[in-house]
Amino acid sequence: MNPFSSGTRLRDMIRAIRACKTAAEERAVVRKECAAIRAAINENDQDYRHRNLAKLMFIHMLGYPTHFGQMECLKLIASPGFPEKRIGYLGLMLLLDERQEVLMLVTNSVKQDLNHTNQYIVGLALCALGNICSAEMARDLAPEVERLLQFRDPNIRKKAALCSIRIIKKVPDLAENFINPVAALLKEKHHGVLITGIQLCTDLCKVSSEALEYFRKKCTDGLVRTLRDLVNSPYAPEYDIAGITDPFLHIRLLKLLRVLGQGDADASDAMNDILAQVATKTESNKNAGNAILYECVETIMSIEDNGGLRVLAINILGRFLSNRDNNIRYVALNMLMRAITVDAQAVQRHRATILECVKDSDASIRKRALELVYLLVNESNVKPLTKELVDYLEVSDQDFKGDLTAKICSIIEKFSPEKIWYIDQMLKVLTEAGNFVKDEVWHALVVVISNASDLHGYTVRALFRALQTTAEQESLVRVAVWCIGEYGDLLVNNAGMLNVEDPITVTESDAVDVVESAIKRHTSDLTTKSMALIALLKLSSRFPSCSGRIKDIVVQHKGSLVLELQQRSLEFNSIIEKHQNIRSALVERMPVLDEASFGGRRASSLPNTVSTSNGTAVKLPNGVAKPSAAPLVDLLDLSDDVPAPSSSGGDFLQDLLGVDLAPATQSGTSQAPKAGTDVLLDLLSIGSNPAQDNSVSTPDILSSAQDHKPAIASLDVLAAPSLTQASSSTASNMMDLLDGFAPAPPKPANNGTAYPSIVAFESSSLRLTFNFSKQPGNPQTTMISGTFTNLSSNVFTDFVFQAAVPKFLQLHLDPASGNSLPASGNGTITQSLKVTNSQHGKKPLVMRLRIAYKVDGKDVLEEGQINNFPRDL
Amino acid sequence: MIKAVMVMNTQGKPRLTKFYEFLPVEKQQGIIRTVFGVLCSRAENVSNFMEADSIFGPDSRLVYKHYATLYFVFVFDSSENELAMLDLIQVFVETLDKCFRNVCELDIVFNYSKLHTILDEIIFGGQVLETSSAEVMKVVEEISRQESASNSIGLVTKTVSGWRNR
Repeated sequence: MNPFSSGTRLRDMIRAIRACKTAAEERAVVRKECAAIRAAINENDQDYRHRNLAKLMFIHMLGYPTHFGQMECLKLIASPGFPEKRIGYLGLMLLLDERQEVLMLVTNSVKQDLNHTNQYIVGLALCALGNICSAEMARDLAPEVERLLQFRDPNIRKKAALCSIRIIKKVPDLAENFINPVAALLKEKHHGVLITGIQLCTDLCKVSSEALEYFRKKCTDGLVRTLRDLVNSPYAPEYDIAGITDPFLHIRLLKLLRVLGQGDADASDAMNDILAQVATKTESNKNAGNAILYECVETIMSIEDNGGLRVLAINILGRFLSNRDNNIRYVALNMLMRAITVDAQAVQRHRATILECVKDSDASIRKRALELVYLLVNESNVKPLTKELVDYLEVSDQDFKGDLTAKICSIIEKFSPEKIWYIDQMLKVLTEAGNFVKDEVWHALVVVISNASDLHGYTVRALFRALQTTAEQESLVRVAVWCIGEYGDLLVNNAGMLNVEDPITVTESDAVDVVESAIKRHTSDLTTKSMALIALLKLSSRFPSCSGRIKDIVVQHKGSLVLELQQRSLEFNSIIEKHQNIRSALVERMPVLDEASFGGRRASSLPNTVSTSNGTAVKLPNGVAKPSAAPLVDLLDLSDDVPAPSSSGGDFLQDLLGVDLAPATQSGTSQAPKAGTDVLLDLLSIGSNPAQDNSVSTPDILSSAQDHKPAIASLDVLAAPSLTQASSSTASNMMDLLDGFAPAPPKPANNGTAYPSIVAFESSSLRLTFNFSKQPGNPQTTMISGTFTNLSSNVFTDFVFQAAVPKFLQLHLDPASGNSLPASGNGTITQSLKVTNSQHGKKPLVMRLRIAYKVDGKDVLEEGQINNFPRDL
Repeated sequence: MIKAVMVMNTQGKPRLTKFYEFLPVEKQQGIIRTVFGVLCSRAENVSNFMEADSIFGPDSRLVYKHYATLYFVFVFDSSENELAMLDLIQVFVETLDKCFRNVCELDIVFNYSKLHTILDEIIFGGQVLETSSAEVMKVVEEISRQESASNSIGLVTKTVSGWRNR
């Protein structure tokens, strides 16, 4: 007797482990046991090997290392007794991994056991082989397993069949050896053997197309017959589950038929009848019956088309949806999700039921149903579906609202038939779940509102009403504040009243109340407060009677601890107090925001860089203020020869300014310090780079306070007044400038003095001519119309023109007429520029330009400097 | 194919684990912990299915059933029918019930290797072997008989040899 061997029995060890109060105690017990087992192994203890391994398996389950017991498994397997072999094989399956060298040692023992006279030992060996067999073992032992497929005892036959699956998966070349034995297994009467035979057949078909062809030809009819017999068979207590004879066999058969029918019209045809029979005859009041129906549906959906059957199948799924069992509903939704690609029309018919599942108490079912509904939406049903979903939003769980809101918003954006509907639905969503609405979504809403000029009045009134009932939803407040700021006059005078609307009476002071409460709410964040502040400034001009009150509110924020608010409040106060004459021009309505460029921005999360941007923003309407972007800084400096790539700061700035700035359409505005108007205008550009900051690429305060979220920052521009421009002037003299300077913003004039046109730039492939004109009474400003002509025989695409001027000049570029230039002078691109010369009469115009375009997909960049401007511009 | 069978109690202690695809021990333990974490946070009245892709890699589903103090968990891929797997858990539990006469957690703890024998007669290398609990019972009883038969012989010889050595 080994003195080191712990005398504890397995039972005692388990008891000791269970008695442990802490993990540390447990570790101690296990460590002690492991030490004893190791000692016993070293002693080569025979008597307790079997017990030690049983202990090791338990220890293994608890997650402790047990590799030292691996060789013990092999020794036990080699021993003659049944209990030893049993534990040995069990250990082999649990403790060993597929490391070849140890497994190779066991191959011989397994081979002997496969030929053992005791069929239970044969069973043990087969079981181990089926669990852990490696490719080498598969090759070595395949003949034994193949032979056992014909063993007299059905238990061994079925194990051999499943073992064969492992073998052909490990070594697909061996598949053909099994084709004939499997064909025999398919004729079995014993249920267990038949199930495993069918399973083997299915896997054979998967690994070998040859086998698939063979079984398709020879066995389809036989299998259909087997299934028919099974469906019509009398009650068999042995395999009965909930009143249905062997649902597992049903399922396996249906699965194999699916493999055979897929992609083969004849085979599919042969099984149509029996599938219809299963689909109609199977009882669906128990899980087992539903499992069969479910499998049957999957088979019907997978085999070659038979319209009638598919409708039947989808109707079964529709029935599943109203089943009380969560599991059934869950699988039905999963299946419908796949069925939608096969027959969307049939799935549509169950829309109402699916919609009910969105309101299910089970979160995973709700989630799935919502996804399915999302797939079902199309132009024709979007209205009722959205109505249902929005209605449900009111009562849904808080944790589901996020998902639901996102999906509803996405549906509304994607399928909205008309703007008024879009606005209506979004308002409902904002009212119900505004806090769950993502920033891009309400940004998009603002863009849409801005574009729907006939609905401005309607929208602002609706928002006003909504805000009366609920002020808790942040994004609702923001949109409302923006709209009231922009369209406050329409709110008060009930302009653009639609037939569907009830008239409301809103006084100017009511409108100011709403904005005031938004700015004073504790829950409002910086963005909301900033937007409210701007709205107030706008209202001060729209409602002169409230100007004094607004001034008081604005002044209250002079002491705000948030720098942004404090600064804006000071600036706005100054505007209200001292610059009445320009105020109305400053706070004009925002120009229509460009939907296409906004959409583009959302689609490409990466900011466009100067060198890669294409002409997406060509459609930008004139009049949208397009401030200079940082990348142009280097261009502005004419002494710098190397055009620097756009810095990230520059991209950021572009983002801040809220438009997809393609160079072709942006205006390079370089301002002289004395251009007071622009300094003033700049004050209004909350969110854009502050005027008093000389470094253009430095993010502004507001945005840095918000983790540099471009989306938010861009909206700050939406919220800013229309004339937004960045400048490079300094703040030190800003207040002085404000005092005593108040011109109206420059207005473009159509007539002007004529100047001779020049060829500004000419290369082998491209010519640029400039025509000049002047506004009367404004000798500093020159209107230039540039015409680009393609001299080569290739079309230029993605044509982008950029220009830069020294600091004493101010340049404004309008959008180009196009971004592709036809070959051989068959067409032109025109683009107008406006240059203001602050040193008029002292210095001539000078300009540097850069032209980028693509020829045959290759990028071309041309650069040049224009020195031949007429002297007196 | 079935990827794993797990039985764990409501405290998260594994009572039976069998992985049909090779995984290192640490990974197995991690999976058991994750699965338990998900199961114990699920409400009573929800479906028995779960997406298990995040735990077991792509194409994994999980079905579980909760009996008294134990969770029975099967993990499988899309080639298996979810509802049938639910029934298979039922077959497994019924068989255990027959074997141990009103099975409880303690039976499972102390008859660890017998549980494996039963499981091996129902699921074989990740495939369903037998779905009739009566058939399973027959085989398991025969195996126990074989075991005790050779055990009694072994016991006698051991005592005799031990006695002789004394």
